[in-house]
Amino acid sequence: MAKKVALIQGNEACAQGALYAGCSFFAGYPITPSTEVAEVMSIELPKIGGKFIQMEDEIGAIAALIGAALTGAKALDSTSGPGMSLKQELLGYACIAEIPCVIVNVQRGGPSTGMPTGPSQSDMQQAMWGTHGDHAAIVLTPASCQEIYEETVRAFNLAEKYRMPVQIQLDEICAHMREKVEYAEPGELEVIDREAPSVPPEEYKPYDASKGLVPPLASFGSGYRYHVTGLNKAADGFPTTKAELVDAEERRQIDKIMLNQEDIQKNEEYLLDDAEVILFAYGSTSRSARYAVNELRKDGVKAGMFRPLTMWPFPEKRVAELADQAGAIVCPEMNLGQMVREVERVAKGNCTVAHIGRVDGEPINPGQIIDKVKEVL
Amino acid sequence: MAYDYEKSIRPGKLPHIWCPGCGHGIVMKGLIRAMDTCELDRDNTAVVSGIGCASRLPGYLDTCTLHTAHGRAAAFATGIKMAKPDMNVIVVGGDGDGTAIGGNHFIHACRRNIDMTYVIMNNSIYGMTGGQFSPCTPTGAKASTTVYGNPDPTFDISKLAIGAGATFVARGTAYHAVQIDKLIAEGIRHKGLAVIEILDDCPTTYGRRNKFRSVIDMMKRLKETAVPVTAAAKMTEEQLEGKVLTGVLYNTEKPEYTEQYAKLIKRAQGA
Ligand SMILES: Cc1ncc(C[n+]2csc(CCOP(=O)(O)OP(=O)(O)O)c2C)c(N)n1
Ligand code: SF4
Repeated sequence: MAKKVALIQGNEACAQGALYAGCSFFAGYPITPSTEVAEVMSIELPKIGGKFIQMEDEIGAIAALIGAALTGAKALDSTSGPGMSLKQELLGYACIAEIPCVIVNVQRGGPSTGMPTGPSQSDMQQAMWGTHGDHAAIVLTPASCQEIYEETVRAFNLAEKYRMPVQIQLDEICAHMREKVEYAEPGELEVIDREAPSVPPEEYKPYDASKGLVPPLASFGSGYRYHVTGLNKAADGFPTTKAELVDAEERRQIDKIMLNQEDIQKNEEYLLDDAEVILFAYGSTSRSARYAVNELRKDGVKAGMFRPLTMWPFPEKRVAELADQAGAIVCPEMNLGQMVREVERVAKGNCTVAHIGRVDGEPINPGQIIDKVKEVL
Repeated sequence: MAYDYEKSIRPGKLPHIWCPGCGHGIVMKGLIRAMDTCELDRDNTAVVSGIGCASRLPGYLDTCTLHTAHGRAAAFATGIKMAKPDMNVIVVGGDGDGTAIGGNHFIHACRRNIDMTYVIMNNSIYGMTGGQFSPCTPTGAKASTTVYGNPDPTFDISKLAIGAGATFVARGTAYHAVQIDKLIAEGIRHKGLAVIEILDDCPTTYGRRNKFRSVIDMMKRLKETAVPVTAAAKMTEEQLEGKVLTGVLYNTEKPEYTEQYAKLIKRAQGA
């Protein structure tokens, strides 16, 4: 049987990926350029008995998301810059309470109301550091409609597997462009569900490190009565200020991500084997970067591209290797220097690191990248 | 025989954090009795709170408990109720939590008339942070941030709830302890959003600054200002000056949100 294909927007692809992953709950608040995710979910979820709720603001939306996720639902929320800023406190709540959920941020120009319809990649550091306190983050950066579809499935898998909020960072271009998407058949893509506890309710501890770096999560209403709080807590979920317990929990919550990087990392390496100049690019910018690599190759420049699909945790190991290999890493980004800071940090001066920034609401075009590469060489 | 609260309290979680004389403990006992009266299945009941002294209540109850962020309890609870409509959902918290930072979620939960019970402990102050004024601090009263007297007008929580669309609204006081469980139980049984406002006291941060010499004085104030709605009907406006009405203030039937959504699902599925 021929596969089902459709010509759809990135935002629609995201909604379709969520449905494939088993998402049954959506909470959000309308904001350009993310609104189509909500619109599609409002149409599709009721058809499968799922729930869609438009909340009174973005804080309420992520709150409802976490509440629903605690009952066992796979839950999605989509927003853009100003809305993402509002969500930051509760993003941290989902981190410390370890509640799986997926939040899409379709980046637009900022700060503040900025340029609602202009593309941007200027929330990349916010995605990691926006919420207060030490924490780990998983942030995915797909670049095509097909990839948005598949990466949304992966986002849910990572959320469920690691009991974490996972963020998908799109940009307005990826979100609004239309491309052919091949829908996966049931069973074709891996779908992971969170691990439920195997101990009897009286023995259950929601943060029991002896059960591994990611302790099983019981759903509310499944016979397990336990406590969830945003305070630092002990294994039983109740608040504690005991130094050794607080320290161990904080570290476990970061370790569960940092020690599982091999599983979480994903990136595309394009013509890197002999590359002397490497473009570090992601999202819609990587499409211009790929074009630039091809053009540069025609001119005899050994160019390649490293394209992270998992942006956080930052792919430190691989970028460090590439910094050893190449003479230069060039980072085109629709911001004034965000991920390039990580590249510089990891490169430790072993190669030239250059940035191409654009914040005028226009995409970075291949010509701009080619010019910069030639300047660096 | 004395009522057995222990069976509803999580083993090992007492003593609680509240100060001697704090009204929140009285409300917790009322809530426990009400949950008991309504025979709520503890495996299928969620008690959700925000942040504040009042919001520490859920931790003591042996049920599914969720201590969220300041002001957000109603929104977390809405997610639970929407995702799992057969779950009993109770929200508890303080006046600051519910009507200042959480005011938006509070009024929209009322507007949706989603089937939850919201018990709001109104001690007219931010207790946990040391006594700053809340939207319910009387005008002129002293708080740590209004040492010259509070310039702000106040919210009437019950009126706010009625105006926003809640379909059951009741008010009690920590002095009238035996009425609390009855009001809450009625709220739990009510289909739709029920708000139970309990006027209580914070002797530590409010009483001290406002010339209440003892907890007993604060309790006396609650006793003297409360007038049951039934009695109020026979009183003149002059007699009601400075009084607060207690009992069931509003009770009506309107479509409940999760039931409406279940109908929407049927429509979407073409039934
Ligand atoms: C976002 C945020 N802002 C401020 C605080 C600090 N804070 C904690 S409790 C509280 C007030 C609590 O007052 P209320 O809800 O009336 O409850 P009470 O302590 O009086 O029972 C405040 C302002 C916080 N925890 N989070
Ligand atoms: S500070 Fe006030 S509200 Fe908080 S526990 Fe003490 S008396 Fe109660």
